[in-house]
Amino acid sequence: RASMAASSCRGVRSILWKYGSCGKNFCVSRSKTVPQLPVRHICVSSALWKKNLAAAGPQKFTLEFINKQVEEFEIGKRHLANMMGEDPETFTQEDIDRSIAYLFPSGLFEKRARPVMKHPEEIFPKQTAVQWDAEGRPFHFLFYTGQQSYYSLLLLTGSRWLLKEEIEEYLVENISDHDYMRMIQLMEKLLSMPYCSLEEEFILKFRKQLEVQSSKHEIPALQYDPQGVTFSVADGRRKTAKASITLRDSGSGNITINGRNYLHYFPLLQDREQLMFPLHFVGMLGRFDVEGSVEGSGHSAQAGALRLAISRALLSFVSEGEVEKMRQAGLLTADPRIKERKKPGQEGARKKFTWKKR
Amino acid sequence: MNLHKLSSRLYPTATQKFRHLHIQSSGQQLEAVAVETASAEPNPLSVFRTSEQDPTYHSEGHSGQYYMLPPAHIQKLFPYGLPPRFQLQIKTFNEGCVMVRPPALELISYLKRADYSKPPLRYVLYGDIGTGKTMSLCHALHYCYTQGWLIVHIPDAHLWIKNCKELLPSSSRPSRFDQPIQASQWLKNFKITNERFLSKVQLDRYVWTKRESTEKGQPLGELIDQGVNRMKSSSDVVGAVLRELKLQAGGTTEGEGAFKLAVAVDGVNALWGKTSLKKEDRTMCEPEELTLIHNLRKMMKNNWSGGAILTALSQTGSVFKPRSAYLPNELLGEEGFDSMEPFVPVSVSNYNEKEFESCYLYYLDRSWLQHPHSKFMRACSSTPPKQN
Repeated sequence: RASMAASSCRGVRSILWKYGSCGKNFCVSRSKTVPQLPVRHICVSSALWKKNLAAAGPQKFTLEFINKQVEEFEIGKRHLANMMGEDPETFTQEDIDRSIAYLFPSGLFEKRARPVMKHPEEIFPKQTAVQWDAEGRPFHFLFYTGQQSYYSLLLLTGSRWLLKEEIEEYLVENISDHDYMRMIQLMEKLLSMPYCSLEEEFILKFRKQLEVQSSKHEIPALQYDPQGVTFSVADGRRKTAKASITLRDSGSGNITINGRNYLHYFPLLQDREQLMFPLHFVGMLGRFDVEGSVEGSGHSAQAGALRLAISRALLSFVSEGEVEKMRQAGLLTADPRIKERKKPGQEGARKKFTWKKR
Repeated sequence: MNLHKLSSRLYPTATQKFRHLHIQSSGQQLEAVAVETASAEPNPLSVFRTSEQDPTYHSEGHSGQYYMLPPAHIQKLFPYGLPPRFQLQIKTFNEGCVMVRPPALELISYLKRADYSKPPLRYVLYGDIGTGKTMSLCHALHYCYTQGWLIVHIPDAHLWIKNCKELLPSSSRPSRFDQPIQASQWLKNFKITNERFLSKVQLDRYVWTKRESTEKGQPLGELIDQGVNRMKSSSDVVGAVLRELKLQAGGTTEGEGAFKLAVAVDGVNALWGKTSLKKEDRTMCEPEELTLIHNLRKMMKNNWSGGAILTALSQTGSVFKPRSAYLPNELLGEEGFDSMEPFVPVSVSNYNEKEFESCYLYYLDRSWLQHPHSKFMRACSSTPPKQN
């Protein structure tokens, strides 16, 4: 019994010792990773040590540390069971508490100050395990969002909460707006907890996938003339100008806009360049005949609208890789800029009235 | 975008033409000078250049090629005759190269074959904006100059019907208006161009004021000096000069050499259009009421002999004319067409493939182009030569 007590004491002591000196453990492990430098004994006062500990903030435990604690707890539990003469397999937490209370009787009034042997999960504060490796590189790719578990729910990126009607459908019950809002609040709260990824399946039920839009461009269909010439039709818009283009294959590079030659319709070189750019980019300058109609806004906007229409019409004549290149060149993006509204109290959209100091 | 930079540097828009080219010339001039010193003479082997500097010998074979205007000729003949952008180009490239094109060749061939004892033929160069009418006119004029003709060159008749600061009532006739500044400017240019004729031509008697008069038998030079010095009567001097030249061209009077007279007017549609000038009582001024215009109109009539009348239409400087108008009857109007008839129309069009190629190679040679995307340029510009 004495030996058992001694061993148990040792066991408990070892636990306590480990607990108390885990800080030192850290330092030990760190110093091992540091490359071998000439050892220099620096005399440091204990006051410095204390400051260091305080500045470090709440103690962080690595996952491996906690795992080790759990292992030791399990082994300790079995030892304790052996000590008490009970079956290690069916030794519950209550039995542990009973045994410790028997082995270490304490007269302290504060219950929390009495010796305790509990599962490490209950002792060590639940915190997100240290998220980064020894070099400081975070493990999770979403670490820097601050809420990596929240965003790592794949659903969150391309999905939305079910609408009230859809939830009613799911529950086959009527719910009020207030109930719905409360429910969404609770779901958000659930998501904000760490380890919410454990309940992914449950949460999934209440989320609906959004159609992934990404960069899917609508390619206009290739149509055939009575003569057998391929052509495609596409539209484009810019500012208030609407343009419609018919690209005919096996042409000679003539461009007709609103019935007039483009040289006459766009006397400015800049506008003509805008028209030419998509064809030049794809390298099919002399191949197509372009027939277009455009209305609205000014010459620059009309040129921009025509350019977009030509680029879209070209999609049907061009390969996938080229489509991606065109998208990256910005040929397929519609320019969203429009004239900004004039605000009251100001001259124009941004210009203010003359500011008088007094 | 690179292409925008290219466009703004290479093809300045109408509003920014001069500024941009100015910035260009200072940067590019060093390059141009360097290239020039490396190849002092035009390379006879290059496709786009010809070493034939005399327009007399230009033929179909030279079509599409650039020939160099001798600097001496440029100074003499074209003090203000060339288009302003071409002048800037001369300054940048340190040489004035003109492309030999079919309209100019046609004009020169007519000039060669015309009979100068008959009344003069009127040639009208017409075409879309920026196709090269003025340059063709200048090419033909260069031919006349090398042949030793007397040149009466009005670079732009539109300058006489708009933006005149001073409009004086005429001293000689009460219903007319004088433009002293324009008249004296033109007389100065005339003097520079036709220096060798100044002493040859003899005159009638003209009375300017009570005290001043030009006696009979005085050389033309004196008359011109009179006009330059006395701004007040300069418009009348212009009229007198034109009248004298008309009388004496073709050797109708005695005196040493018969000379051939070339009257070149650019923007001839200005003579019969409307003006943008106002009289003192705020009514619009008619072209006939301007002395200069009136005299020029008299010159356009073919009631003399021994010369040729070369004209070019121009929509760019014209007042109150739509941009799409480029045919003679549109730009000249009823009145102008009737007065100019009969005339020989010469149509000027945009560059064709060969000419564009030639122009492109010329610019490459002059290191003017930053991004040699020839196809793109062809498609975009195709083709006002002006915007090159």
